[in-house]
Formats: sequence, C-alpha cells, structure tokens
Amino acid sequence: MRIGVPLESLAGETRVAATPRTVEQLIDLGYAVFVESGAGHLSTFEDAAYVAAGADIVGEDVWNTDVLLKINAPSEPELARLRAGQTIVSPLSPALRPELVAALAERGVTALAMDAVPRISRAQSLDVLSSMANIGGYRAVIEAAHEFGSLFTGQVTAAGKVPPAKVLVIGAGVAGLSAIGTAGSLGAVVRAFDARSEVAEQVESMGAQFLRIDVEDTGPSADGYAKETGEDFNAKAAELYAAQAADVDIVITTALIPGRPAPRLLDEAMVASMKPGSVIVDMAAANGGNVAGSVADQKVVTANGVTILGYTDLPARLPTQASQLFGTNLVNLLKLVTPEKDGQLTLDLDDPVQRGMTVVREGEVLWPPPPVQVSAAPAAGAAGAGAAGAGAVGAAGAKEPAKPRDPRLKYLWMALGALVFALVASASPAVFLGHFTVFALAVIVGFYVISNVSHALHTPLMAETNAISGIIVVGGLLQIDSDNLLVKTLGFLAILVASINIFGGFAVTGRMLEMFRKD
Amino acid sequence: MTSNVVSAAYIVSAVFFVLSLAGLSKHESAKEGNAYGVTGMVIALGATIWLVLSRSEHALVTLLLIALAMGIGAAIGLWRARKVEMTQMPELVAMLHSFVGLAAVLVGLNSHLTVGDAADTIHSVEVFLGVFIGAVTLTGSVVAFLKLSARIPSTPLMLPARHWLNLAALVVSALLLLWFVQSHSVVPLILMTLIALAFGWHLVASIGGGDMPVVVSMLNSYSGWAAAAAGFMLGNDLLIVTGALVGASGAILSWIMCRAMNRSFVSVIAGGFGQEVSLADDRDYGEHREITAEAAADLLRDASSVIITPGYGMAVAQAQYPVAELTKRLRDRGVDVRFGIHPVAGRLPGHMNVLLAEAKVPYDIVLEMDEVNDDFPSTDVVLVIGANDTVNPAAAEDPTSPIAGMPVLQVWNAHDVIVFKRSMATGYAGVQNPLFFRENSQMLFGDAKQRVDDILTAL
Repeated sequence: MRIGVPLESLAGETRVAATPRTVEQLIDLGYAVFVESGAGHLSTFEDAAYVAAGADIVGEDVWNTDVLLKINAPSEPELARLRAGQTIVSPLSPALRPELVAALAERGVTALAMDAVPRISRAQSLDVLSSMANIGGYRAVIEAAHEFGSLFTGQVTAAGKVPPAKVLVIGAGVAGLSAIGTAGSLGAVVRAFDARSEVAEQVESMGAQFLRIDVEDTGPSADGYAKETGEDFNAKAAELYAAQAADVDIVITTALIPGRPAPRLLDEAMVASMKPGSVIVDMAAANGGNVAGSVADQKVVTANGVTILGYTDLPARLPTQASQLFGTNLVNLLKLVTPEKDGQLTLDLDDPVQRGMTVVREGEVLWPPPPVQVSAAPAAGAAGAGAAGAGAVGAAGAKEPAKPRDPRLKYLWMALGALVFALVASASPAVFLGHFTVFALAVIVGFYVISNVSHALHTPLMAETNAISGIIVVGGLLQIDSDNLLVKTLGFLAILVASINIFGGFAVTGRMLEMFRKD
Repeated sequence: MTSNVVSAAYIVSAVFFVLSLAGLSKHESAKEGNAYGVTGMVIALGATIWLVLSRSEHALVTLLLIALAMGIGAAIGLWRARKVEMTQMPELVAMLHSFVGLAAVLVGLNSHLTVGDAADTIHSVEVFLGVFIGAVTLTGSVVAFLKLSARIPSTPLMLPARHWLNLAALVVSALLLLWFVQSHSVVPLILMTLIALAFGWHLVASIGGGDMPVVVSMLNSYSGWAAAAAGFMLGNDLLIVTGALVGASGAILSWIMCRAMNRSFVSVIAGGFGQEVSLADDRDYGEHREITAEAAADLLRDASSVIITPGYGMAVAQAQYPVAELTKRLRDRGVDVRFGIHPVAGRLPGHMNVLLAEAKVPYDIVLEMDEVNDDFPSTDVVLVIGANDTVNPAAAEDPTSPIAGMPVLQVWNAHDVIVFKRSMATGYAGVQNPLFFRENSQMLFGDAKQRVDDILTAL
C-alpha cells in the first residue's frame, strides 16, 4: 500500500508526520512512501533527505495514496479531497468534534485517531499525546525562562546573591513531569501539585516537592487520565493555589480532562497577587485555559506585570524532534496494524488498542469505543512512571526472611557430631587421628583463605586448585615402584593423568593471569 | 634421615600452596600466587621422586617410567592450556577435574592391591571412600565437560524416580562398604566403583546448563576431597592438606554461586530447575520496542556513563572482542564505561571476567554486582549483552516469580537500557523478563557480535 505524507496546512504548523528515519522504517514494513514536496522543510528535513531514505517526492498527488499520515486533523478543503477506501491517521479529538467524525464517515474513509489511544502500557509506544506533551512541557519551561527577567538557578557571585526561581507546576502528567524535570535541571526550586496523590512518588523522584492538601484524594482513575474533582477538594486546592501564587515566580499549568473544557485553576485574584515579572504558562489554553485571562496562542501581560503565555503550539516550536517522535509513534502504530510486514494495513478490532483508535471504518462511525478497563496506574507504577523516567520501584525484599532457627538446635547437632566423632576416634589408630587433625585444620585454613578471593579471580582460582589437586600424583609416584605389574601400570596411568592437571592447570592459570591488566 | 627431609619438604610445599591460594585473592598478588603454587609443586615432586628412588631397587627404570608418564602428561596438559579458547575454560576446568577423579580411583585401587589382606578397617574405609569420591568426580566431570562443550544437550535428564535412584546408589554403596571391610575382597570395591560411576553420571546429567557454575565448583570441591581421601589411605599429610584446601575452595565457590541464585545447594544438586514452572503465563507485559544499531550508537554517543552487563550469551556469540573495542572507543570519547558482573553470569565462576580480560578490558572497570547496583540510577545507558535472568526485575519485585529473591543487577533503574538478544525467548529459569517491556528498555535483536559490530560501524 502507498503511504502519503502531506504538507501540513494549518497555520503555524511546523511539524511533519514522517521524517527520513521513520520513512525507512515504513518502507521496511512493506509500504511505498510518498511525501509532498516541502512537507519537512520547516522541520529541517529537506526533500532530498526523504528521497535518500527511499520516499518519492510528489505534489498534490499525495492525496491519492491509500494511507494518509497527518499531524493535524484534516481541514475542510482537505476533507473534500478524501475518497472512499482511504485511511487517514491523525489526531482527531473525536469527543470534542463530533461534526468532524460525521464528515469523515460521510467521505467513506477509515479514520484512526492518534489522540484516542487507550492508556494501557502496551499502547504507550503509539501515544502521541504523551510524546507531544513531553516536548510541550520542556518547551513551556523554556518559554517561561525566556520571558522571566531573572535566572532560574541560584548563585552567589561577587556582584551579589541571586535567588533561585520558584516554579509551581500544576498537573503532574507527562507534560507536567517533563516541565518539572526541565525546570529542575535549570536550577529552579520546583513544587508540583496534582489531584491524583499517587503521582507524588514520581514528582519526588524528579527532585521536586509535592504539595499535599488534607482531603480524601480522587484515587487512581480507571482509564489512566485525570477526572474532574469534587467540591471540597476544589476549595482546598484553591486555597493552596492562592498561597502559592503569591510566593512563586513561575506557574505552569497542565490540567486537562479529556473531552471537557480545561478546569479553571487560577482566578483573577490569584493572578493579581503574583509578583510583577512573574510568568504563567497555561498549557491548557487551547481548551479554554486553566488561568483566568489566558488567551490561546497569545502572550498577555496583566496590569500588575504578570505575563501569561497561552501558546498552543509548544511542541511545534521544537519541530525537528517533535516530528521525529510523532513519526515514531506513527511507525509503531503501523507496525501494530501490519503484522505480516507486507505493506497491507489490516485492522484487528478485537484488539482494544486498535478498536479504541478506530473512529470511523469505511464510513461506519465506531466512536465511542467500549471502555478499556486496563489502568496504567496500578501496574507497578512502571508504565506511567517510566514515561517520565521515574519508576525507581526499588528492590523490595520479595521473600520474607527465613525464620531464624532455634540456636539450641545448632548446639545439639554440634554435640551429636562430637559424640559420633569420639566413637569413631576411640576405634581408630593414633596415626589416623594425627592425620585427621591436619585435615580439620587445613579445611579451616582453606575456608578463610578462599573467602577473601575476589569474584573476578574465581576462574583462575579454579584452574589453580586444579593444578594443585594434581598433587595426587604423589600417590602414583609412591606406587609405581611396586613389583606388582598391575599396580605399576595403574600407578603409571595415575601419574600421567595427574601430570596433565599439574602442568595444564599451572600453565592455563598463568595464561589467564597474564591477560588481566589494569588500565 | 631421608623421610624426615621429605616430611619437611612436604610441610614447606603445603605452606606454599596456602600462600598460592591466598595470593590469588587479589589481582596484584595473583601472579605471585601462581608462582608459589609452582614452587610448592616442584618441592613436593622433587622430594617424592627422591624418596621413591632412594628406596627403589631399580632406580633407573623407575625414574624412566616416571619421566615418561610425566612427560606425556605434561605434553597433553601444556598443549591444552596453550590452545584453549577462553570461552572454553569451563570445559577445560571440568576435564581437569575428571583427571583428578580418575587418578584418585587408580591410586585407591592400587592402595588396596598393595596392602591387600593386611589392611585394617580404617584403611579399608579410606580406600573405599577415596575410590567412591574419585569415581563420582570422574563421571560427573565428564558429563559436565560434555554438556559445557555442547557435545550432549545441556537440558536436564529427568529420569522417573531420580531421587530414589540416587538414594539407592548410596545405600547399596554403604552395604558394599560393610562387605568390603569384612572380606577385603576386590569384588565389592569394583562393584561400588561401577555404581559410583553411574551415580556421578546421573547426578550431573540431571542438572541443567545454567546451573553449571555450581556444578563445576562442586566437582572442584569433590576433586579436593578425593585427593584428601587418597592422603588418608597413603598416610600422606601433604595430600590431606592440599585436598582439604581444594575441597574447601570448591565448597565456598559453590556456596557463593548458590547464594547468587538464591537457591539451596540441595535444590541445585537435585536438579531440574524451572521444569515445574509453567513457562507461558498469560500476563500482559505490554509491548517491547526495538531499536536499530544506529539509534543505539546515537544513545551511546550522547551518554556520559555506560554500564555493560554481559551474560553467557556474550560468550556464546564470542562478542567479547567487539565489546572491548566498543568500550575502548567510548572511553576515548570520555564516556565512563564500566562492567557489572553477576556472580553466576557464564558457565563458570568468574567466567565473564576472564573473557573480558582476554579481550584486554582493564580489570579495574569490571565490577561485581554489589559494586555497581547503586550506580544504575545515575547511569545513562545500560547494555545488556546475552544476559537474562540476572537482570530480571521480577526477582526483586514479584514475590510470586520462581526467581523471587535472587539478587539481580538492577539495570532497569538506568535511564536507557538496550538489550541484545537473539529472540524474545526466556532465559535458563524459563521466566519471562518484564525488563524487556519496560518504558526505558529497547531490544536489539540478532547475533550479539554482529550487532556490536554494527554499533561500532555507526559510531
């Protein structure tokens, strides 16, 4: 099948749905790839690079391919170019834009929504919301630092002391954690808050302080996304925001609830209480904003000198990397729907991941999908935490320690052993006891000497003990002088094999030790 | 006079052997330790040969025979030692154990033949025990050798009622001992030897490939006890001391290996690990992600600290040379590269260290598990090369896992983990490894050597 990568038509869009690297991977899956001329220009991927990766550069014809990969949902003119039988893959916000879903169905296409990937660990690798949120969180901090009139990191210089910036991140999802990490690595003092108290561990693992409020928390949500919160909780949270707003220099809000307008977190009074020069980045501005006074895609400066950034194109401001990650998510999706690697896209609607994403199939509306009750939250914290690089679950001692044995039992065994030995000894000749003394002492010396050997030298140690256990040759030597021919022969053989050990063992030990060298 | 001088020589060489093993405990003194061992051996052999010749009626014939036997042995031994590949060290060590076992059997039989009916009870018991241990060591080591050199499959042999068979062998041997002590006949001795040979064979045949570190150290220990038993029957303190040293050494190594697998010695020897565990559980581990050699090279290029955790797969693929080359290149770029070695990695205690040393990796960057485990969280990239069970997070986190509680390299705490593997198959323990499905791990499939070469090319 042919994959088409059109030039994005949305104003201000800089990303592209395939990079030369992902094009190679798509071709490996058996597809032919057609890229619209100039599609990657703003992401610094030129046409020549795509050709080198094996793609064909085309013009408008890109819309005649079988599978269309896009960064943004199709616009009106783009919708008009779709024809029945085609598959379009892009973020579609099906819950917020039912009219788009209807339009897609009308065109008779199959539509896969990249922003409707169920949040289960298996599907993480195709989740563009996560990969874009990660980049967005990073960029939010960079934008804030750009507007902020001071340093992030605290310093003591000859010209005076610079206090570190205080950053508050509200919402510790992927974007929030990314922002926490970025702000922390710039040297700021970072605090974070989230309605889901189970993310506290992840926040703290990133080096930030997790702010808590004294109320029943909302608990983990079944689908892995945040839910709307209760009245009591909201009142307590508002108190917390009010107290923090007066104190911090930077606020980054990332609170989004899928399919709903963004919750209002900071009201006018809180913004007004902030110090002049403070910066707010409202990452939810596209969905109505978390902050009073934020305007989508605008920089707003309030009367008291607080800058509110409502940029909605944060990932697009890092187009090269954003395209690469988006493209990789698409490749992972196509791997999933191309199990035979034969370039044939086959949807398996029994798979909850594919079912969840398939908004329209050949004109038939399949949205909304049945709920997927596989939460990422309780799964050892690995899925969600790992996304942000946290996930230090630690080696909890898995087994209970063995119950200590009754010490009296040990003494009983020792006494028993001594008794048995006394019995044997009473029936033995004195010579044997002498030898046995030597034996017992040698075993003890052996244990103490070997206990100190470093692990790295265990192999040479074994070869060396092989060599010296060849000392059994002494037995053969003492017997070879016998007059009995059989004894002589066996003695001869014993000397022979023991000599292999002596010479071979020492030689190979020497050879190994020669190899060990220090830097 | 002669015997006093010989006794003195024996004491001196026993001291040298102790010094030799003590020297091997550190890299700095290891070569000195080997030299002490050689010295001790020369003194012991010199004294013994002198003693034998001074007593002998046909000194020249005896001397020639000794020279011939030792000459042949030396030639074979030196030839093997020169030629052996470091990946084949486990086989060589196992083979050398079998020779000690064989020598112990021969010396024991001879001792009985020489003393004959004049033997007292204690001597008979000594001979019997010496031959028994020697025979078990002999066949056990031969099987271990065959398994390690892949001449026979390394899967455990599962005879029905295998534990009863073992027990029966021991009981019958004990009865034969009683007969032997009463009769001084050679028949029970021969019968017991045959049983012991079969017992040794079966003992090791029922143990799988991944438990070989324990088996080889156990056989090392047995070979020591066999030498000590020979010392008792000959009344020779040097043999007793040396045998005890070697026996203790092997026992400690076995104990270290068992502890590293969180298993009891008995359960290893009883054999058949992982067989009763259901191999395929239906748990959803998620999806693993693949990475290309080029992308891996990019990750390494940007890393400032890298830890490599090799396993038996590295030895199988002979990947130690490209790995060493990779290490050198990265270190030249200023990347901090270290190795983390699990105690049971490979088929012999310390096997990985020898392989890396062979490829000229400096030993001061090759660290033990306990030394690197705390450093993983601050590590950028971990390369897992041919290891599986030793890096399995289930051991630390999943109390229901068959390997729960086994100490493992906590590679999953690193920022990125690249796993070199031939396929998604499970490791020796037959346990699925959740590491492969972690967010921060990526799989690089294919022959480890080939893949490391690809990364080198990409760098």
